[in-house]
Amino acid sequence: MALIELKEVAHAYVARPGGPEDYALKRLDMVWQDGAAYALLGPSGCGKTTTLNIISGLIRPSEGRVLIDHRDVTALAPRDRNVAQVFQFPVIYDTMTVFDNLAFPLRNRKVDRNEIRSRVHEVAEMLELTADLKRRASGLTADVKQKISLGRGLVRKDVAAILFDEPLTVIDPHLKWLLRRKLKQIHQQFSTTLIYVTHDQNEALTFADQVVIMDEGEVLQTGSPRELFENPRHIFVGYFIGSPGMNLMPCRIDGNAAIVEGAPIALGEGIAERGRAAGGELVLGIRPEFLRLKPSAEQGNVPVSVLLAENLGDFKIVTVSLGKLTLKVKVPEDQEVPGEWAYLNFPPEWTKVYADGRLVE
Amino acid sequence: MNKWQDNRAWFLVMPLLLIVALSAIIPLIMVVNTSVQDIFGPGNRVFVGTEWFEEVLSDRRLHDALRRQLTFSGLVLLIEIPLGVAIALAMPKRGWGVSVSLVVLALPLVIPWNVIGTIWIIFTRPDIGLLGVLVNGLGIQFDHTAAALDAWVSVMLMEVWHWTPLVALLAYAGLRAIPDAYYQAARIDGASAWAVFRHIQLPKMRGVLMIAVLLRFMDSFLIYAEPFVLTGGGPGNSTTFLSTYLVKLAVGQSAPGPAAAFSLIYFLIVLPICLVFYQALQNVGTGDKR
Repeated sequence: MALIELKEVAHAYVARPGGPEDYALKRLDMVWQDGAAYALLGPSGCGKTTTLNIISGLIRPSEGRVLIDHRDVTALAPRDRNVAQVFQFPVIYDTMTVFDNLAFPLRNRKVDRNEIRSRVHEVAEMLELTADLKRRASGLTADVKQKISLGRGLVRKDVAAILFDEPLTVIDPHLKWLLRRKLKQIHQQFSTTLIYVTHDQNEALTFADQVVIMDEGEVLQTGSPRELFENPRHIFVGYFIGSPGMNLMPCRIDGNAAIVEGAPIALGEGIAERGRAAGGELVLGIRPEFLRLKPSAEQGNVPVSVLLAENLGDFKIVTVSLGKLTLKVKVPEDQEVPGEWAYLNFPPEWTKVYADGRLVE
Repeated sequence: MNKWQDNRAWFLVMPLLLIVALSAIIPLIMVVNTSVQDIFGPGNRVFVGTEWFEEVLSDRRLHDALRRQLTFSGLVLLIEIPLGVAIALAMPKRGWGVSVSLVVLALPLVIPWNVIGTIWIIFTRPDIGLLGVLVNGLGIQFDHTAAALDAWVSVMLMEVWHWTPLVALLAYAGLRAIPDAYYQAARIDGASAWAVFRHIQLPKMRGVLMIAVLLRFMDSFLIYAEPFVLTGGGPGNSTTFLSTYLVKLAVGQSAPGPAAAFSLIYFLIVLPICLVFYQALQNVGTGDKR
């Protein structure tokens, strides 16, 4: 159990960083609450793994401090932190049995023999590895190996946080589900802090209480899956989360409306004013789920031409064009889609304006 | 697939068969031919059956040479493998140091073997050689042409200097192939440097070390040029190894029959080692099986 704080942490892999582009992780202030499950989500190379390695101590950040339970651990080696880490590719000690693999972290810490035995059996029981304990670890399948890697983290009694670095990448899809459920179960049982790095949004959204979205070395938003979906604070979050992602349209502001391709779209109260004040490049964003597709013109609707309707089982994705822009609309499966022309309704509460990528609130 | 006659594939394997026949099979048959005859001159030869084999097998000088050979190969492995691994572990992992150390290590490997013998003759000479003068200057009598032990020390030093780099390069390649995640996991698991070596580096180097052991065993078992140039097999016969003795027999004593019989026996000793080597190489490719 641990509260992890990153205070003004930044990291550059080059010795003398010149500008912000040299930083793999830009200045980050973040508190990871005790016992919560976090997912770190972002595209490859966005600084997820760097953040993780800073917490576990594999990397010493170029700037800032790391605190675990209010204790400054910035200078401590990984072995002196009560943090476990599971890597993308399963790491096992080939020449050892499963038992010895699980016992390894305890033996390195000179734990008493009987204590080791009982801990290893306890963890093996939980991970369903008991039957394999006497086997050599090298011949096992990737999912079992990954369970062993996880077990080496869990076996330490004092472990306060477990970090996962895309741990399911090499696991077969049907086993992924089982393993992920196991992780959740362990989390509920032990209430350790979990930080889970992934670039798969489904994995992140199903696994975590809190999802941290990163891009280009920066944390863009932290929130529950629902917050990320309903109120993306950055256009990157808008199109990265959701399938299909948020519709984004360059716009300008005129009076109380945003003008997209010459068509006025009504905004929520005060948004237009604050958008104008924020200045910069303005973009209108709305999720395909919130757009309403109507067959006939109504007050405030925008005429669009229908390009394509795809039936995806229990819903349809309709592609429409508004001037030069292409938008996606998610409609219920039983809704009739007009053949050529339709009208889009933009509910003002779901219509967001972004100035230079950031949400105007 | 199973068609033996009229198969065009024969044309494809023909060049290989020809080369192998000319380079291995025909010479081998000629050796076998020589080993069972007593040859007095052109057109004057007598079939003697297994006589040469019996003579050679009971030859005390051959026994001595074989004993020396095994001692030599054993020492080579005992010294070069641990030393090579130690060098590989100490080598830099990135930066300009990598290229420098690779080049320095590879230098002895690209020098012609005869030249190596010559270099060491000069290097160990008690009157002008750097090593010879230095050691004698320290008050230790050292002359590889006079004392058997000194000759052995010189030959071993030369062998270690010449071939440890190969072991080091192989071990280094093995080390570099270990993914970073292993070291990271070991750091998280709190492993000591020794535990990392024992449980990660050594097992992961097993394949290349197997190759190194077999290569060094084979090469040292067949060694000829360097020690012959350095000591000529002496003083006395103290550094006469199997191939040195074979050449003495065949060229020095003009005894083609016994030399041929000796060659075949030598060959039969090396053959099973080759098979082991081949098997080991096959297993390296398929990963850890056992």
